[in-house]
Amino acid sequence: MFENFPLFPESASTLSGRVDALYIFLVAVSLFFSLLIAGLIIYFAIKYRRRSAQDSPKEIHGSLALELTWSIIPLGIAMVIFVWGASIYFSMRRPPESAMDVYVVGKQWMWKFQHTSGRREINELHIPVGRPVKLTMASEDVIHSFFVPAFRVKQDVVPGYYRTMWFQATKPGKYKLFCAEYCGTKHAGMTGQIVVVEPGEFQTWLSGGSGLSVVASGEKLFQDLGCVTCHKLEPTGRGPVLHGLFGKEVQLQSGETVVADENYLRESILNPQAKMLSGYQPIMPTYQGLITEEGLLQIVAYIKSLNAPSSTVTQEVSLK
Amino acid sequence: MTTNSSPKFNYLDVAYGVKSWLLTKDHKRIAILYLISVTFFFAVGGVFASLIRLELITPEGDIFQSENYNKMFTMHGVIMVFLFMIPAIPAVLGNFLVPLMIGARDLAMPRINLLSWYLYIIGGLFTIYAMVSGGVDTGWTFYTPYSTTYSNTHVIATGLGAFIVGFSSILTGLNFIVTIHKMRAPGLTWFRLPLFIWAHYAASIIMILGTPVIAITIVLLAVERAFHLGIFNPALGGDPLLFQHLFWFYSHPAVYIMILPAMGVVSELVACFSRKRIFGYSFVAYSSLAIAALGFFVWAHHMFTTGISAYAALIFSVLSFLVAIPSAIKVFNWTATLYKGSISYDTPMLYAFGFIGLFTIGGLTGLFLASMGLDLHVHDTYFIVAHFHYVMVGGTIMAYLGGLHYWWPKISGKQYPEGWARFSALVIFIGFNLTFFPQFLLGYLGMPRRYHFYPEEFQVLNVMSTAGASILGIGYLIPLIYFAWSMRYGKAADANPWAAKGLEWETSSPPPTENFLEQPVVKEEAYAYAKEEPEVV
Repeated sequence: MFENFPLFPESASTLSGRVDALYIFLVAVSLFFSLLIAGLIIYFAIKYRRRSAQDSPKEIHGSLALELTWSIIPLGIAMVIFVWGASIYFSMRRPPESAMDVYVVGKQWMWKFQHTSGRREINELHIPVGRPVKLTMASEDVIHSFFVPAFRVKQDVVPGYYRTMWFQATKPGKYKLFCAEYCGTKHAGMTGQIVVVEPGEFQTWLSGGSGLSVVASGEKLFQDLGCVTCHKLEPTGRGPVLHGLFGKEVQLQSGETVVADENYLRESILNPQAKMLSGYQPIMPTYQGLITEEGLLQIVAYIKSLNAPSSTVTQEVSLK
Repeated sequence: MTTNSSPKFNYLDVAYGVKSWLLTKDHKRIAILYLISVTFFFAVGGVFASLIRLELITPEGDIFQSENYNKMFTMHGVIMVFLFMIPAIPAVLGNFLVPLMIGARDLAMPRINLLSWYLYIIGGLFTIYAMVSGGVDTGWTFYTPYSTTYSNTHVIATGLGAFIVGFSSILTGLNFIVTIHKMRAPGLTWFRLPLFIWAHYAASIIMILGTPVIAITIVLLAVERAFHLGIFNPALGGDPLLFQHLFWFYSHPAVYIMILPAMGVVSELVACFSRKRIFGYSFVAYSSLAIAALGFFVWAHHMFTTGISAYAALIFSVLSFLVAIPSAIKVFNWTATLYKGSISYDTPMLYAFGFIGLFTIGGLTGLFLASMGLDLHVHDTYFIVAHFHYVMVGGTIMAYLGGLHYWWPKISGKQYPEGWARFSALVIFIGFNLTFFPQFLLGYLGMPRRYHFYPEEFQVLNVMSTAGASILGIGYLIPLIYFAWSMRYGKAADANPWAAKGLEWETSSPPPTENFLEQPVVKEEAYAYAKEEPEVV
């Protein structure tokens, strides 16, 4: 019956069922209270309708017991919804360690993707079914928002920051991708699709690309832009050693400590003096305007890769 | 009590001519000036809404170009929020009624009151200038860096319009607060005040504390746009999220500027048409203050998807659930007031019923959005569009129309045609639900807001919504016609046609310029409809 009149979008991620369950609970709560209020209003309006112009109902001042009842019960229900919603939110905000990386750049009005292997796509993203995928997203211009209704997830892509999100598709298929944050003239055209395929098929598709991997591209940029002249393997360089830096707490000149995460690396490349490491001179020039968002993502991916000795087994561990 | 039987002149015929209106310091005449101006802007905003709904009948963007569609929803939002919803109830009904309800001759600062109307008009003219000289396409939220760097439209002129209108709102709020503190009639203690006054007092606090923040934010936006000073644009060293924090620090409480006075109106209507004191008077009064206070600490629930700290989001989420409780308390108390009342179905009461039902749905769907995990799915979709239209249109406009009908005999001295009025109330209720209920479904299905064209599977619900909007539009036209008609042809209204309690009904309709010929003295509580001793529950 509802084939041509769906009430739910397709459900295709590990989290979509949890979102739907909370939604159904909230719909039930809303129905209960709306019908209760509407029912009481209609019942009272009929039962106590004015019968003569001389009607003079008795005064009822109020009741503390009733006030407490209709404050505390809704408060209790609200707290259940709060905790439930928060637990889903925290699951959505924390990508599993094993997630596969994809790099995303949003711009007016398209989505650009790059897989770690280096294969690129526009407005279409291939991912394997059953494997968590973590997107690291940047915007070239205004705020965009990555929204896949079938996965029940949405993340704004805010210029000046990296934003991450993750999902795990549960069944193969093609799912709509929308930009959900108004971004200018062709906002409604900034759409695409997520193509979910079997893992084997995904590997075949991935190997169809050519060119350098993301890390290799980052390394090449690192050479080409001359970063390597100051950031050396040994602490003799004029800039900090980048091996093993990612994810560490670092001491700033201001005395603060910050975690050297993706956003920190990004800021230090574009605005090196913003958060200077203690013990170094403010001599690094800004790379604002010299490097694209894609290039930045590649360099950051390269710096992240410097954390691990060449063996991939220890790479997984050191990332933790 | 005093009866002001027949003054020589009422405020309408004490003087004629344009000058007597444009230079008036009478709060009642200023209310009329506001009534005419907000009605004009409501009509303009409504035309934009109709064009938007017209375009969305088909999935393709086939009537307008995207540039123009984006300008239309922006102008719809800007006009409806800043030039209609925020001033509507306070500046029209509040202006007319606050002095009358507390037994005062006028507001405390009559010249400031006139100044506030002029500021409103200047702000409105700026907005109209921006509109006719090419429009603005940022959405009413003016999000950066789109608004400061990327949009080629008249952002600064529009922003300046909102900036100036903001000062009109601050002045009105200030005037109400001073008036309510200093000019209450002898015997009119705080807990004898009509709940309309409590609600306007709470809204006034938000107006004077919140509005300066949006003014500053608009200035910062204009400075970045005009002089490329990096405040919000990361390419210049700014932070786009700073804008959202500042914007919502005002604009969320602004929602309560729109809804609190509406709640005040509904309290008056429910009491009068069930001939009962409002159940739990003090709870309803305090809940207005609770909403005003808590409302300042929930702004970042508009930002769960932006990637703000998850722990900050947690705090804003729990506070957003808390602010729902005072609203729930009001709804339950209005409903309980009906119990053992003497309920009549006059037009104002029909609007009050409509308000309670639709506001309940609007409020409950707010819980969906306060719930972080669910918000990530429905944020920036039509779900949110439906939610705030249930609160703003189903809530505030219903209450505004209810109040306008209730006090129309007092304002104009004429009766409106009751049959037509009931009919149009019904048309509005049906049209409203048909317009906005399908949008909840659209939103959950994933249709993003501000889309000029959309995938085909969303068409059926969009057609329903547009059909509803046509009915709603007709529903709004009917009162416009019969109110105008009644000014000339309506039956003369007596001082208290509803047999209502409240000082505004103790003076003639329309009241004399000085409101009361003798100073009223209050000896009883608000809504003292009962003749016998109160029953204890």
